Amino acid sequence: MPKGTGWRDIPRGGLIEEAGNSVEYKTGGWRAFRPVVDKQRCTNCLFCWVFCPDSSILVSDEKMVGFDLEHCKGCGVCAKVCPVHCIDMVEETAFAKEAEK
Amino acid sequence: MREFLAIDGNAAVAHAMRQINPDVVAAYPITPQTSTVQTFAQYVADGLVKTEYVTVESEHSAMSACVGAAAAGARVMTATSSCGLALMWEILYVAASMRLPIVMLDVNRALSGPINIHCDHSDTMGARDAGWIQIFSENPQESYDNMIQAVRIAEHPDVLLPVMVMHDGFITSHGMERVEIFDDKEVQDFIGEYKPQFPTLLDVRKPVTYGPLDFYDYYFEHKRQQVEGVAHATQVILDVAAEFERKFGRKYGLFEAYRLEDADVAIVVLSSTAGTTRTVVDKLRAQGKKVGLLKPRVFRPFPAKELADALRHVKAVGVMDRSIAFGAMSCAGPLYLEILAAQRIYGGNMPIADYVFGLGGRDIVPPEIEGVYADLYKILETGKVANLVTYLNVR
Repeated sequence: MPKGTGWRDIPRGGLIEEAGNSVEYKTGGWRAFRPVVDKQRCTNCLFCWVFCPDSSILVSDEKMVGFDLEHCKGCGVCAKVCPVHCIDMVEETAFAKEAEK
Repeated sequence: MREFLAIDGNAAVAHAMRQINPDVVAAYPITPQTSTVQTFAQYVADGLVKTEYVTVESEHSAMSACVGAAAAGARVMTATSSCGLALMWEILYVAASMRLPIVMLDVNRALSGPINIHCDHSDTMGARDAGWIQIFSENPQESYDNMIQAVRIAEHPDVLLPVMVMHDGFITSHGMERVEIFDDKEVQDFIGEYKPQFPTLLDVRKPVTYGPLDFYDYYFEHKRQQVEGVAHATQVILDVAAEFERKFGRKYGLFEAYRLEDADVAIVVLSSTAGTTRTVVDKLRAQGKKVGLLKPRVFRPFPAKELADALRHVKAVGVMDRSIAFGAMSCAGPLYLEILAAQRIYGGNMPIADYVFGLGGRDIVPPEIEGVYADLYKILETGKVANLVTYLNVR
């Protein structure tokens, strides 16, 4: 369904007929705090991957390799459950300022 | 085989539900609806229907279970009254906006407080903007007939909206009358096998999401779509009524006019009080007074043009409201406000007055209705509505 479709042509009653299309809905913009991982201390226990409510922990070869920042809403659950405290939640404004420089 | 039974309105609706044999009923008992779901539960226990009967802990859960079952592709029915309908409030809107064809009996009863179990129309009038089709029934026979028609209206692909059928608490719900019950097969043939015209939750080959987040980018479009479904309902209600008449012989429309065609003054009133008013019309007609009655059957969608057309020649109109729209113009009743709006747009310039009556089950008797006609004649003579709203028989 093309973006901006009118009321005559959208599925009735708000039905979503396409499975798994939530990936197209980018929620990263909601974030006030961005998770930052210190891979030196990370043990790849993958607790963050288990607990992330938005499937935004990226894993490759059974190793935690970063965050899907297009969908991470910055809830901080990963930082909270990390047993070695290697994830910091950093204010998004810090990155904005950095980008300005 | 068709048969005539001496039963009350709730039993008549339970018979309709038995013959419709819905896939799922989720309901919670509340006075004066209880005997409907109790009788139906007995039908389930006796194996007369194949219905999955879900006992729930509240009306909020009852309607939620109905929504879930309807989204899964089941034909779903329930029943409630008064505070039960109020507790369903949130989910009434969900059912309508998800376009789920649920059919529900609401036995009209006053809302708390103070607590009262008797008839008025406050409960369903409060829900008038929830997106449901609303059909009022005068007596047990109409309630039975309306429930059967409601299934067809709700499930029509141009409509796909939930339908509420109402009858008056105790007066109709517990008043025993002669009711014609159709043959089970005739009812089954009339409603037909249910094949949902939309993707359902349990279709694993085509998974869908119901009730997702819907923000500023599409919510408005879905509401616009809902308006279209409601707008289509008027014609579908008429079509279903015509088919019902061909098959079963009783005629239904958006409203019923009684001795209205040459009337000078007329009363507009819903449900069982229309029956009382009819006898008053006959009495006054015998005295040579040109009085008439208009009984709306369908309140949502409100047949504004049709009612305005039917009343156009009348010289003074009295609307009788069994509820109050608190804080609306003059705290008038909702039926009055709708009739006024209809007159404003579709023409007619006769004076129209509102008579609020029967709140909390206060009896309405023929002499009071005669009093309304007398008042309308006074309005006819003076050309003035002295009181926009009159409270009948209040101390």
